[in-house]
Amino acid sequence: MTKITGAEAVLRALEQEGVEVVFGIPGGASMPLYDPLVDKSPIRHVLCRHEQGAGHAAEGYAWATGKVGVCMATSGPGGTNLVTPIADAKMDSVPIVAITGQVPTPVVGNDAFQEADITGITMPITKHNFLVKDPADIVETVREAFHIASTGRPGPVLIDLPKDVLINEVAYQWPDKVSLPGYKPTIKGNNRQVSEAVKLILKAKQPVLYVGGGVIKANAHRELFRLATAGRLPVVTTLMARGAFPDSHELCLGMPGMHGNYTAVTAIQQADLLVALGSRFDDRVTGKLAAFAPHAKVVHVDVDPAEIGKNRVADVPIVGDCRDVIAKMADALEKRQQETGGVPDRTAWLTQLDAWKTAHPYRYDQQPDGPLKPQYCVERLRDHADADTIVVAGVGQHQMYASQYWRFEHPRHWINSGGLGTMGFAVPAAMGAKVGQPDKRVVAIDGDGCFQMTAQELATSATERIPFVTAILNNGYLGMVRQWQELFFDERYSGVWLDPNVPDYVKLAEAYGAVGLRVESPQEVDAAIDKAYSITDRSVVIDFRVDPTEMVFPMVPSGASNDDIILGPEAVQPTTDPAEAPIA
Amino acid sequence: MNGNGATHTISVLVEDRPGVLTRVAGLFAARGFNIDSLAVGPTETVGLSRMTIVVNVETKPLEQVTKQLNKLVNVIKILEHDPGSAVERELMLAKVRAHGDARARIMEIAEVFRVNIVDVTASTLTVEAAGKPAKLEALRELLAEYGIVELSRTGCIALARGERGIKERTLRSAAS
Repeated sequence: MTKITGAEAVLRALEQEGVEVVFGIPGGASMPLYDPLVDKSPIRHVLCRHEQGAGHAAEGYAWATGKVGVCMATSGPGGTNLVTPIADAKMDSVPIVAITGQVPTPVVGNDAFQEADITGITMPITKHNFLVKDPADIVETVREAFHIASTGRPGPVLIDLPKDVLINEVAYQWPDKVSLPGYKPTIKGNNRQVSEAVKLILKAKQPVLYVGGGVIKANAHRELFRLATAGRLPVVTTLMARGAFPDSHELCLGMPGMHGNYTAVTAIQQADLLVALGSRFDDRVTGKLAAFAPHAKVVHVDVDPAEIGKNRVADVPIVGDCRDVIAKMADALEKRQQETGGVPDRTAWLTQLDAWKTAHPYRYDQQPDGPLKPQYCVERLRDHADADTIVVAGVGQHQMYASQYWRFEHPRHWINSGGLGTMGFAVPAAMGAKVGQPDKRVVAIDGDGCFQMTAQELATSATERIPFVTAILNNGYLGMVRQWQELFFDERYSGVWLDPNVPDYVKLAEAYGAVGLRVESPQEVDAAIDKAYSITDRSVVIDFRVDPTEMVFPMVPSGASNDDIILGPEAVQPTTDPAEAPIA
Repeated sequence: MNGNGATHTISVLVEDRPGVLTRVAGLFAARGFNIDSLAVGPTETVGLSRMTIVVNVETKPLEQVTKQLNKLVNVIKILEHDPGSAVERELMLAKVRAHGDARARIMEIAEVFRVNIVDVTASTLTVEAAGKPAKLEALRELLAEYGIVELSRTGCIALARGERGIKERTLRSAAS
């Protein structure tokens, strides 16, 4: 058998895993990986400007395609710059494989130039990681890494490759199967548990399907649609699950949680049955845990057994892949209904929900000659966009406005950083999404604070010709922190003013080879969006100068019960006692 | 040991690979749990090691840790031992001050406890004791009166009694 270098083996194994693109930056230790990219590998390398950007781009690609995203960095600082996106991918169960160069094995542990113990550093933030010490292990390791990243509860896997392992030669052999005795995710849900769940669903008078990101990860949106419509079951979609069920459907209640709408939040509070599907009772959804859905029995479906019972005891726990379990539930429901005749009568509950929807929609007040409202910008961006536009957000007020006001009809069209709350996520993730879905328009809705953390990837977008639109809702503040200071710290603003004029976002966009547009009044909004959407050969940045005093509502203050939802600014009770002020 | 939890003894069957100990210990550390003892050694199956972890913690948080342990790729199987239905043993070496009269009394204690004196110098005796952790603790308390110069304990190891335990079948399928 002819021998090839370890680096060539890595790239060939990636190719066999179906990888078409990697996002990365080379460096001393990873240089051997880059040489075969010249003429020996068909894989596209997108040269990013910061490893964090490469990591988030891999995440955006994975979100948008459902495939494993791949990022590459060199040893030491290259690897440590990947730490944030890896942690982000862990929290949001995003399948990525991170490949890092490492100093040669004889000097590992020797404080060599650009050495960092990246497997040690990333142990708690990866699903698994590998330090490869022998080129003979490369192919098997790549295969295991992709298997682990993409199956069960997906997540990030890191492969650390010392330089000599990349240079030394090895006979290439693709292993027939993956052998991981300690890794056997439970995919099929227990049938008896499923029929217990269906019994509860048929009995429930006020049920709610509490749908989380796991439904999207499992590609279970069709099964979810069947279940919801067969059982006439109202659906809330968490921040991670927006688009898993169409917002336009009458059974869709939208987003629950800290900034969810009144109907979604209150439906859960008054439910007699909560069917949690790929959701994890996160504190941003539950508020004060003891007061969350106090009357509800709980069915909890998750592929990760450690999520079940972690925060809320489940009456019917079901470990399994959402697609398998939801399909079984839908089948059983349909069958039972054929036997017993028709769907359960839920008219009273659905009428109540509709009344709430009408009484308490999301609301804001855009005066024609008043300051520009961020919600208005999101609504106009939405109304001008095609139905299959992919929306990406960073973290903060703009993220909440985007999730609240966009209408999501399909899964994998909403990409954001939920669990870790990583500012700076939007621009590189949008770039990765566009690489994965080149025929769809990608719009990053970003804040001015977030944008400045990773804006350098606009250079990547220009040189690699990956065009997308970034809409900065520029209020000159770290807006969410400002909002909390206004509400809970007695309007004592500290460390939050950024200055809307610095940098000049239009000039910055132009400097990066993008088109820059500025919008200062409601009247200018439509023309700017039209122009931005008409440009498809390069990226566009729109600098929306929005009202810095606007706040995200509804809001359940941190640590409060969901029953204490604040609907709008007029309902805010100022908190003056610092001991009562929420801290996170 | 803190008072509000209970002592749990857990056997963890793992792949014998670099970093596995760190991964397992890290899960406890990340939740602020202090491990009372941790013993690792080879098993009857090549390539697999067995860890015995003793931890003092409330039951519910421990459940979360064992679920997380189960998710580690290199962890094959976990067994939490019911107190009373497992054989638990530990080895202790204690170097004790042994001047004058103390020497004879320490040797007497060793005899009563049926443990061995394994090193003798003009000023010290080293006692080797194997047994249940509670027995070793009783011995240690007695020896402490004479002045313990150095103490080393292996940490508890455990096997479930009778047919219970990590079954041969698990090991075979893991090793294949």
